[in-house]
Formats: sequence, C-alpha cells, structure tokens
Amino acid sequence: MKQIYLDYNATTPVRPEVLEAMLPFYKEQFGNPSSVHWAGRAVAGAIEKAREQVAALLNASPAEIVFVSCGSEGDNMAIKGTLEALKGKGNHIITTAVEHPAVLETCQYLEKNGYDVTYLPVDCDGRLNLEDLEAAITDQTVLISVMWANNETGNIYRIEEIGAIAKKHNIRFHTDAVQAVGKLPIDVQKANVDLLVLSGHKIGAPKGVGAIYVRRGSRMVPLLHGGHQERNRRAGTQNVAGIVGLGVACEIAAAEREEVYQRMRTLRDKLEDGLLAQIPEIKLNGTPDRDHRLPNTLNVSFAYIEGESLLMNMDMHGIAASSGSACSSGSLEPSHVMGAMCVEITLAHSSTRFSLGPETTEEEIDTVLEVLPAAVQRLRDMSPLYNCGKSSSEACLICETVRRI
Amino acid sequence: MYTDKVMDHFTNPRNVGSIDDANGVGEVGNASCGDIMKIYLKVEDNIIKDVKFKTFGCGAAIATSSMVTEMAIGKTIEEALELSNQAVAEALDGLPAKKMHCSNLAADALHEAIKNYKEANG
Ligand SMILES: Cc1ncc(COP(=O)(O)O)c(C=O)c1O
Repeated sequence: MKQIYLDYNATTPVRPEVLEAMLPFYKEQFGNPSSVHWAGRAVAGAIEKAREQVAALLNASPAEIVFVSCGSEGDNMAIKGTLEALKGKGNHIITTAVEHPAVLETCQYLEKNGYDVTYLPVDCDGRLNLEDLEAAITDQTVLISVMWANNETGNIYRIEEIGAIAKKHNIRFHTDAVQAVGKLPIDVQKANVDLLVLSGHKIGAPKGVGAIYVRRGSRMVPLLHGGHQERNRRAGTQNVAGIVGLGVACEIAAAEREEVYQRMRTLRDKLEDGLLAQIPEIKLNGTPDRDHRLPNTLNVSFAYIEGESLLMNMDMHGIAASSGSACSSGSLEPSHVMGAMCVEITLAHSSTRFSLGPETTEEEIDTVLEVLPAAVQRLRDMSPLYNCGKSSSEACLICETVRRI
Repeated sequence: MYTDKVMDHFTNPRNVGSIDDANGVGEVGNASCGDIMKIYLKVEDNIIKDVKFKTFGCGAAIATSSMVTEMAIGKTIEEALELSNQAVAEALDGLPAKKMHCSNLAADALHEAIKNYKEANG
C-alpha cells in the first residue's frame, strides 16, 4: 500500500539537501563553536552562515537571529523574557484564544504568577477583530502575541495591521510564525514585528532546532542562563548540525516559496472542492476566504462521526492526517481552537486536518478523494447520530443535541 | 497503540446496526466526551438472542462495542449483567490507558439495554 502523508503541519521530512549539508557536522566538523582552535573556528563559521540564511528569509539582520531548540522554546523565551525585562513598565499581555499551547500555556503560567492576560475571541470562522485588539490595550500592556497562521485551520492573521497597532501604542509585538515561515512571504520590517518564532521541523529541517528573531534593541531576559553563546541570549553549546540544516532549509524556502505556494494551493483547492462536493453534511473549519488561509491546510468536520476513528480508517488506506478530537489530542476535550470558533461539540470531535507539503502529488490527492467518501459513509452507518429518528419511530434524545450544519 | 484484536474489531465490527423489534435499548456516553454507544437487544426466554450496536466514537469505542455484542449473544440476562467493561477490555487484549475510562463503556450500554428490557417486560 502506498503511504500518503498529509500531516505536514505536524512535522515534515528532512529535505535531502538539508541532511547532506548537516552530515559533516556529525563527522569531521565536530568542534565546539565556542573554541578558539581550528576545530571550533570552522564550525563557528557554519553557524554564522546559517544565521545569514535565516535572516535573509525574514528580511532581518543576522545579529537579530538567536538559535533555539524548537518553536516552543522560542515562544516561551519571547513571552517570559519580554515580560520579565519590562517588569517595571506593565504586566498585561494581549493574545488570542486560538494560539498554539506553547503560547497559551505560557500565558496561563504567567497569569498564575501575577500577570494579566487578555485572550481575544475569534468569530465562527476563526477570524480576529482588530477593533477588539485595540480596545483591549491598557497602560499596563507590554506585549501583544498573535500567531501569523494557525496550525489547525490555516487561518492567516493580519500581522501587518497588528504590527502597526502595536507600534502606534509602543507595545512589543511577538508572533508565532511556526506555520507561516516557508509557506508565506515574511518581512519583519514591513510587519513591524519585534519577536518572531520559527521551527526547523516544519520546514524540512530536523526536529530539535528553531530560531527567534529579536528586533535590535528589544530587551529580553534569557530563558537559559549559562555560557555566552548566542550573544548571551541563549546559553548552551549550539546544535551545530541542526542549525546548519535550518539555514539550508531557509535558503531553499526563500528560493522555492512562490512556486511551492502555487503547487500546494492548487492541490489543496482540488481536495477542498472535491470533498465539499462529494460528501454531504461537511463543514469547513476556518475562513472560507482561501487567500487568508495557508495554501496547504484544509480542516473539515464530518457530521455524525468522530475524528480518531476516521483517522484510523484513513490509516488503513495509508493516509496520514490529523484530528482535533479529544481522543487524538490525548485530552478529554476537543481542540481549543474549535471551541473558540464555537464549533458544535460533535463536529469539533470530528474535525480533521489535511496539511499538504511540497512533496504532495496530485495522485495522492486523487486517492484521498476516492477513499474518503466511503470511509465517512462507513462510520456514519455505524453512528447512532446518523439518520437518527428518521428510520424508525424510536425517540432519540441525543440527536437533539446535534445541531444541523 | 491498539492491539491486533482491537484493530480486527475496528476493521470488521460485528453486529453493527439496529434491531427493528428490539425489546431492550440502552444508550450511554455523551457528545462532549466524544463517545456515544447504543445497544439493541432481542431477548427471548431470558436469553439474548440478538444484539446490535451503533457507536459514535474513537477506534476503542467501536471495538469495545463490537466485542460486547459478541460476548453477550447467547447469554442469559443474569450472565450478561455480570459482563464488565474490564472484561470487554481484556477480551480485546487490553486498551491504551487513556482509553480505559471514556471509551470503555460498552458493558454499561449493554446493562442499560437490559435495564430497559426489564422495565418494559416486568
Ligand atoms: C503554531 C505553532 N507554534 C508552535 C509550535 C511548536 O513548535 P515545536 O514543535 O518546534 O516546539 C507548533 C508545532 O506544532 C505550531 O504549529
């Protein structure tokens, strides 16, 4: 059976060029970049090259890039580091209800420690109202944190406009761009972003490496104390091979982004149109405006069925996707993103995300379009919610809780 | 994550559907936790002659529903009441720890159906 991977928002395979560039740093180029001798010097140069490659993708300068271990670390560092550095100025953060847990849980942690956090609501399509954002600003607000694009729905937020608001009020602006980098054009100058986080494993680099852009002059307390690496901003001997890989992945992204956008967009649109046309009682989660959604992401709910069982059914056909159901997230509640969008509870349990990558082919999308209608129907035929009350005279309490789409 | 038996019952669930002239129907679970199970019984002479199920839920929920119908068929009411969620999980060679409480309700659904039968048939 052919394996079809449609979970690129979870993680991506390492690009062959990236791996190739990394290998010497596990072999002959083993030095510690902080060492003064020949072994260290060669490696230090490689890190600085990667810093330039990352900076170029973001329109930043290399000195503004700090390498970290993952997106979650970058988000923690940006938020905690800024709040602590600006302790005398205020204690209020504005963020959104749909952030990744790396941001949400960090904010909740700070709330327990005396900070105030505003979680901006979104509408039923997951969109943010920027008037709400501006209205939430107080004289205590020191940080606005809004993701560039949402990992579950693919919704793209109006980062340039938010950056302008933050600048007008002289408030620091952090954006979790883990899902946006590599898929969308990113320009930290144009967007007035002060802090931006990206993660290697979402863009064809390995797991265990990420970067944070810190605008020159933005004071931040480090998360990790210790050695003087990364200009005292992040202690710890660098993951040299990972950083080299991240640099190459960013260079590839800069070169291929526009072409890859078009390719993924065409295939995603085909998948979206095909599923919506073939499967009745299906709901799109996220904004219907495709220009304001990541080109690779499609999130849909199928009435009457649960997400994990659909994932298992697709897995039987070699198709890998992901779900916002409680069962697949490992918690008891379905996705907080679906909750924030007021998606009805059984539909939230059935939310299914397809995320395409540069390697996705039309043949793969055709297979999904072939397999999915029957898989959904199979589970519907097993569901007590489907056709409930229609086929016989039996009373049904539960179907009253299932709102029609 | 799942045992071969769970996968087998998920892939080829036994006794899916409903019984038009059921004389006992039971339903447990709720939409918010993501699992709803409904069991239909046909009881004759105190013996479960036929069982069918419908389930909204994850792989474990579907597999336990299928398994409980297999275990209940041919049993007396009293024997069926002795079947526990634990026994259903064991018959499937175990379930992942996080599935034990929320998706392992099939025996409860069976007991609800028996209760419904008893209420209707004194
Ligand atoms: C939007 C977003 N932010 C942060 C992260 C965390 O990144 P990492 O896995 O590198 O810690 C992810 C990854 O799932 C993400 O999608």
